[in-house]
Amino acid sequence: MGFLDRFLKQPSWGVHPDDHKRPAADVPLRHLPPPERIYMPLHQHVGGAARPVVLVGQQVRKGQLIAEAQGNISAPIHAPVSGTVFAIGDVTAPHPSGLPLKAITIDADFRNDWVEADIPADPFALAPEDIAKRAAAAGVVGLGGATFPSAVKFALGKRLKVSTLIVNGGECEPYLSSDDRIMRDFADQVVDGARLVMHAIGAREALVGIEDNKPEATAAMRKAAAPYPEVKICPVPTRYPMGSDKQLIQTLTGKEVPSDARAAEVGVLVHNVSTCAAVHKAIRLGQPLVERIVTLNGGAIAQPGNIYAPLGTMIGDLLAFVGLKETPARLILGGPMMGTPLLHDRIPLVKGASGILAFNAREASKPDAGPCIRCGTCADACPMGLLPMEMAARIRVHDLEGAETFALADCISCGCCAYVCPSHIPLVQYFSHAKGELSNNERAKLRGEATKRLTEAKMARIERENQEKAAAAAKRKAEREAAKAAAEAASQQAQGETA
Amino acid sequence: MSQDFGTPVAAPHATTSNNTTRIMATVMLALAPSTLYGFWLYGWPSIYLWLITIAAALFGELFFLRLRDKDATPVLLDGSAVLTGWLLAVSLPPWAPWWIGAFGGLFATTLGKQAFGGLGQNLFNPAMVARVALLISFPVQMTAWVSPAPLFSAAAPGAIDGLMIFFKGITPAYDALSSATTLGFAKTELSRGVDLLQSAAQAPALSFFGNRSGSLGETAAWLIGGGGLVMLFLRIISWHIPVAMLVGIGLPAAILHAADPARYLDMGSHLLSGGAMLGAFFIATDYVTSPNSPVGKLVFGAGCGLLTYIIRTWAGYPEGMAFAVLLMNSLTPIIDTYFKPRIYGRDRRGAPLPTNN
Ligand code: SF4
Ligand code: SF4
Repeated sequence: MGFLDRFLKQPSWGVHPDDHKRPAADVPLRHLPPPERIYMPLHQHVGGAARPVVLVGQQVRKGQLIAEAQGNISAPIHAPVSGTVFAIGDVTAPHPSGLPLKAITIDADFRNDWVEADIPADPFALAPEDIAKRAAAAGVVGLGGATFPSAVKFALGKRLKVSTLIVNGGECEPYLSSDDRIMRDFADQVVDGARLVMHAIGAREALVGIEDNKPEATAAMRKAAAPYPEVKICPVPTRYPMGSDKQLIQTLTGKEVPSDARAAEVGVLVHNVSTCAAVHKAIRLGQPLVERIVTLNGGAIAQPGNIYAPLGTMIGDLLAFVGLKETPARLILGGPMMGTPLLHDRIPLVKGASGILAFNAREASKPDAGPCIRCGTCADACPMGLLPMEMAARIRVHDLEGAETFALADCISCGCCAYVCPSHIPLVQYFSHAKGELSNNERAKLRGEATKRLTEAKMARIERENQEKAAAAAKRKAEREAAKAAAEAASQQAQGETA
Repeated sequence: MSQDFGTPVAAPHATTSNNTTRIMATVMLALAPSTLYGFWLYGWPSIYLWLITIAAALFGELFFLRLRDKDATPVLLDGSAVLTGWLLAVSLPPWAPWWIGAFGGLFATTLGKQAFGGLGQNLFNPAMVARVALLISFPVQMTAWVSPAPLFSAAAPGAIDGLMIFFKGITPAYDALSSATTLGFAKTELSRGVDLLQSAAQAPALSFFGNRSGSLGETAAWLIGGGGLVMLFLRIISWHIPVAMLVGIGLPAAILHAADPARYLDMGSHLLSGGAMLGAFFIATDYVTSPNSPVGKLVFGAGCGLLTYIIRTWAGYPEGMAFAVLLMNSLTPIIDTYFKPRIYGRDRRGAPLPTNN
């Protein structure tokens, strides 16, 4: 590819933050020895929380189902270690609110005693629905952060006749390298998982998008995918947010997902590389999702790197394992662009956690916000083509409808706008706030409408009942009168007869 | 570690190292060469004028902020008031008396900017608001030009003489330097009924290098253009407004000059004189008062250029850049409404794209 070519193919959206991925990305993967106690939250996915199926004091084996999926969009939870159920109680949710979240606590017995696996002889001989069923039973959810139950997405892909599977190895968030590591160390699993997903959704080809700042991952994946011509490794330019579904789809296929539509509607489905590896484990090894690779990085960490850890491990235990140079000034779950700030470290590792960042004071410092100088940099950076400054200006004066007319709903909260703003205006914060308000209003409106519908139904019922009553009364009256008339007629007749 | 982290801050947790002050400083740096050239060309009085204009702009900002009980320090440090004063100064006649600079600077940041709510809120470019106010209020002083008398040359006033000119106006000793600009000259000649072909021989020297009479910092087209290119290269500005504006001036100039060279100045004179270059790179590109989308910028720039040409050619003023920019500033909100970027997944009108599956 010539220089001009490269230059022309550069996307015009997005930003180029310093990646800070190395040296953590290059440090070999380490395994966390199972901690003494793990806390497995029941809600680690989009959709309904799982319902516990174990009792306190019960012995469980590693990989045993401990909470089953509830509802159409949900995922089951399995025991990450073998041991005894110690409690079913609250832990702090991985969310800035710090609200409680129900979790099953297990005391490990360190025997690493797995449940028996059910392994199909040839998974490609299975019906696609069977693959989906097995992935669902293994609790596989999107591991790139969206945590959407994978099987639900498979079913959607099958229904909408998806032809292309896009495997997301973008990992555009600065500091994170867990997907990079998975592609380097488990490329075969990723490729096999991708082929299984293709089988499950009926796709003809898989395009693996990898940002070109990960040459080792690209090489490893190329090697693993060599025997399978339907799996194509496609380096993509390094540009945040390349790992966002819509941007990756556009870069790899040139297609745009219409606003308000799902990716499947343009014939593609996106699954993350880690998700593919999890599908491989679920189908080939019969292992449910109980572990993951998580990046520990940031200036406050003594030995940054990628850790293979059981889910439900307290973040504090992970930090102790990699060591802290200083007290972090900020703790973030996920990457710096979209990650969630955490209140403290007594929060368990969940399925969607790709990284834990402990920032030192310098990394955490944020300049004060100034006035908007209408420089337009935010609009240039926005991968969705929105006008962040216009939306923010309206939200600032509480004109939420005004912000909506600028397609606030299309904002993917990627943070590019806030990142580039020379006035350091917390634009995403404005948008999250407004979206929250709007969905509250929407909910209130729906509630209001439901109430109104119920009231109307009640009124109609009363009305109907009254009418029925009136009708019945009228009928009765008519009958009475008819009877009376008949009686009179009869008596007259009788009189007549007597007369 | 088990401490609490207090109120969590929202994502993103990383930010650009760029900031408003740095942007303003870069613009000033790009503006410096042509300004320094102006100092050299017009000597001490122009240096004093530049200083007082900036000081007045800063003072106006400070005064207004104190009036509204706001903390002035961060606002003054963002560099926008200095830049406003500077841009105004370079568009003034180089030997204008002190009160022109003082009044203009004050006017720019108080009524031109803070009265609208401060940085980012003003509809009109503050420097041009002040320039036009000065032009209307003090037409004599605002069109009193001098021929270049480079610093240290025999004709140039020294530091003390410069102060005298600055405070008392042009003294008889320097009357001989009074002059006209290219555009002003053309206008006068035409109004006297002399056609431009005949008078071209006596026209004030016009050169690319800027060794001619004109405003303090706008005679050296190459230095201004160079500064503009630096800003383009550093991505402080995009090419849309400058190119559209220069085309907007140059195209009608080329056509009309070809049709009737006796009545219309050529394209080169139009592009290289008056505030054309300064306007295209430094004034019309002002973030606050110009549209945001690429197409909007093209429309805006072309409008600025065209209006500049029209005012220069047919209106009463020899120089139209300031008026043109202000007129287009007033259209910016409308342009912004009509030329929005296309949203991902939607068509130009904002409706979702059709699904094809
Ligand atoms: S980047 Fe910041 S200052 Fe520039 S237009 Fe956007 S919000 Fe305003
Ligand atoms: S407006 Fe939304 S989609 Fe656009 S850059 Fe900002 S956060 Fe990203």
